Amino acid sequence: MADAAFHIVDVSKRYGPRWALARLTFSLERGKSLLLTGHNGSGKTTLLKILATAMSPTLGKLTVLGHDCHEGREPIREKVGLLSHASFLYEDLTAAQNLVVLARLIGMTDGEADATADAMLTRVGLAKRRDHPVRQFSAGMRKRLAVGRLLLKRPELALLDEPFGELDPQGIGEMEKLIAELAAQGTTLVLATHLVDQGKALTTERLHLEEGRRVEARA
Amino acid sequence: MTPAETVAQAPAVTTARPVRPGLFACTVILLRKDLLLEWRTRARLNALVFFGICTLLMFSFALGANAMALREHASGYFWLAILFASVLSLSESFRVEQENHSLDGLRLAPANGRAIFLAKAIGNTVLLWGLGAVLAPLSIAVFDLRVVMSLFTLAFIMLVGSMAISAAGTFYASIASNARARDVLLPILLFPVLVPVLIAAVKATTMVFEGDPMNQMESWLTLLGSLNVIYWGLGLVLFPRIIEDL
Repeated sequence: MADAAFHIVDVSKRYGPRWALARLTFSLERGKSLLLTGHNGSGKTTLLKILATAMSPTLGKLTVLGHDCHEGREPIREKVGLLSHASFLYEDLTAAQNLVVLARLIGMTDGEADATADAMLTRVGLAKRRDHPVRQFSAGMRKRLAVGRLLLKRPELALLDEPFGELDPQGIGEMEKLIAELAAQGTTLVLATHLVDQGKALTTERLHLEEGRRVEARA
Repeated sequence: MTPAETVAQAPAVTTARPVRPGLFACTVILLRKDLLLEWRTRARLNALVFFGICTLLMFSFALGANAMALREHASGYFWLAILFASVLSLSESFRVEQENHSLDGLRLAPANGRAIFLAKAIGNTVLLWGLGAVLAPLSIAVFDLRVVMSLFTLAFIMLVGSMAISAAGTFYASIASNARARDVLLPILLFPVLVPVLIAAVKATTMVFEGDPMNQMESWLTLLGSLNVIYWGLGLVLFPRIIEDL
């Protein structure tokens, strides 16, 4: 499984009495892109959080980018980027300051962090809002900044949970372009969305979940 | 810029990654972030100082115009004002991390869990020491105190006392931060643990105002130092596990 981006065996996750994931087994090769579909509550977000090591599975084995998640989470976290429903942003810091903190944490110098933050803000269309606090941002702008945060990490595995949510039509088009660019660079992608047609156009594989179980997709 | 140009300019995923900062550097980065957040929301700082001053004055009003009793218990009121205000500052320091699940963002960055603890605890120490620096002259004026030992000694007691409150407080605030009744839970968890800190800090501060004829200052400072070693040590060991299990 050396060439697998992730390999999960019998992974289950329980919230109280409810199983969000039930004995899920799946693997994805590096460089491939996966469309993750399913109704609300089918386990998509839980699976992405487990892959990102934001939460631990209740049962099962999981290897991400060659690292066992029970043995070493940090090597996985260095290489995985998660675009979540939560933006991970500090409301009272500016857009640039939010990115600079992350850039410094991943090892950039002050100068590199500033330059990279500026480049990322330009890339996600927020250069003019560089010094505005996130508290003043609309939901769509927060999503763009969260994407900048993800890109700044240069992840080998990008986990995108509803990346088109809260974006206007122009933003959706730009997001599609960004996802295509990531795929072209060789980044392994997992894309969870209800916009199945857009998702199909951007991915090569598909995993459909119902009540935490893998089922054949109907469409 | 066309998509093709952007792809050409974007770094490939195989490019060597920068070396992640060590514990000290990571702590400095996170401390800068925490202090910057405090500075950008100065209303919270003002509220903290105002709350501390109010608490101090309420104690003096409650006791009435008994100058002797006020002087006798002034150190206790001073530290209780800092302790009560610390609950606000500790809760707030984790509220900003919960707002957009920013703590998860730090974990996944990945930031060193011990560095997160150190940055939070040092940031809270700075705040509480600063609050003490505001309340000390006010206490001296309101309670008509006479400084027998040096002000440097008072500043040192405030520092070690604030450090102990912040270390234990940061640890318990992280536990309470995900609870529904976190504002109630934090003092319930924290205050019993801080009883020895309160006793030692009050005794040592009283000696600054009343003198130390029995040479007990060293013993109380040693106790405060030992409590600091325990709280900071336990925090460094346990905090990373706490935030992983939240």
